[in-house]
Amino acid sequence: MEQSTAVVFFTGFQLRDIWYLAEAAGRTLLISIISITVGSILGCVFGWMLYSSKWLGAMTLGLVLDAFRSVPLIIQLILFFNFFPIIGVPLDPFTAGTFVLTIYTAALVANVVRGGIEAVGIPMRRSSRSLGMSYWQDMRYVVWPIGLRAVFPAWVGVALGVMKDSSLVSVLGYVELLRASQILITRTQEPFIVLAVAGAFYFALSYPLSKFSARLEGKWQS
Amino acid sequence: MEYTFQWRPVMRQLPDLLEAGFMTLQVSILAMILGTVIGLALALVRMNAPWQVRWLATTWIEVARNTPALFQLFFFGFGLGAFGINLSPFVIVLSGLTFNTAGYLAENFRGGFQAIPDTQLKAARSLGMSASQSYIRIIIPQVFRIIYHPMTNQMVWVVLMSSLGMLVGFRELTGETQFFASRTFRIFEYFMVTAIIYYFIVKIILGLSKLIAWRLFRY
Repeated sequence: MEQSTAVVFFTGFQLRDIWYLAEAAGRTLLISIISITVGSILGCVFGWMLYSSKWLGAMTLGLVLDAFRSVPLIIQLILFFNFFPIIGVPLDPFTAGTFVLTIYTAALVANVVRGGIEAVGIPMRRSSRSLGMSYWQDMRYVVWPIGLRAVFPAWVGVALGVMKDSSLVSVLGYVELLRASQILITRTQEPFIVLAVAGAFYFALSYPLSKFSARLEGKWQS
Repeated sequence: MEYTFQWRPVMRQLPDLLEAGFMTLQVSILAMILGTVIGLALALVRMNAPWQVRWLATTWIEVARNTPALFQLFFFGFGLGAFGINLSPFVIVLSGLTFNTAGYLAENFRGGFQAIPDTQLKAARSLGMSASQSYIRIIIPQVFRIIYHPMTNQMVWVVLMSSLGMLVGFRELTGETQFFASRTFRIFEYFMVTAIIYYFIVKIILGLSKLIAWRLFRY
């Protein structure tokens, strides 16, 4: 008798479960792309602010962004998820997760961007200004292309890190890849296979990009 | 805003939280030491070993770098459980963090080794040192100097990553916080205090690292 109920509840790993995981991988990709895009734009602005107003920027914005880099993401997620109901706007896991991931990305990217602007030497900046370029022309045509090359690999590293860290949004209850694998493990009782497939999805998302960035870095350096 | 913050229960548990903070430090430092040793070995193997062993090292490094740390923890927790290997939460977190750290540090080490000119090794060998002597006495100290800063960052990452222990039932700082928070439902207050504790741990590590760097790299 016990055997038969067990059969009803636990069914082995099937082919369509891979499809289920693929869908979840799509959600991982969705939340990552939104946070990385918005976070990078914000990060560029923050990074520029940190660079251009050194003292004030470091005292205010710098401190806040530094806090986001010094506290585990999982705690940030739990804090904000529980903070929004306190101020009267409860958010669903997806929105709260995207919000936190976006700020987290922005905090990391801001540092990268500031490094990128600093990587463009002062003499270069002065010469572009003395050629008659405005501040923004200098930013657009001199700092951007040179700085981007200097920090592009670091930015890819941040982006891939955020993609992997998006797995933590599962603690809020958003069913992304890792959460989906947990659900499947509960049903199939085959943790090894399920985790291997989930890991393969992550690997497939991350590995090509990291190789591409490494190759680009090598090309730019030579 | 109808919510009233209540910090008193958190303050009452503060000693427990700080004690859990030591647990976090303990597992992080252990993982960092093991990760450094294994990472160094992986980097050396990847550069000099026959291809079968090299393939193994490459796989380790790429898997560690291209999958989430949480996934790696789950793998050591539930994945190995499928083979009847049931590790304690401490060992799960330690092995997961070590696996991850070794992978990341191996890449750093490789970069460090590449940054040291061949002539250093040749000079050491021509002075009569054996291969292992010249590595241990000449090459590796210089490599450590190059990757000191990345290693400090990695240490910070390890501390932050150890918070994932909460999800495999390990009672380090985050796990302990979760335990108390779910008992009192003062989730926000508890995690706020924990966030501050993490912030200070990270700052202390960075400060210590600067101090050590100042002592070590004066010349």
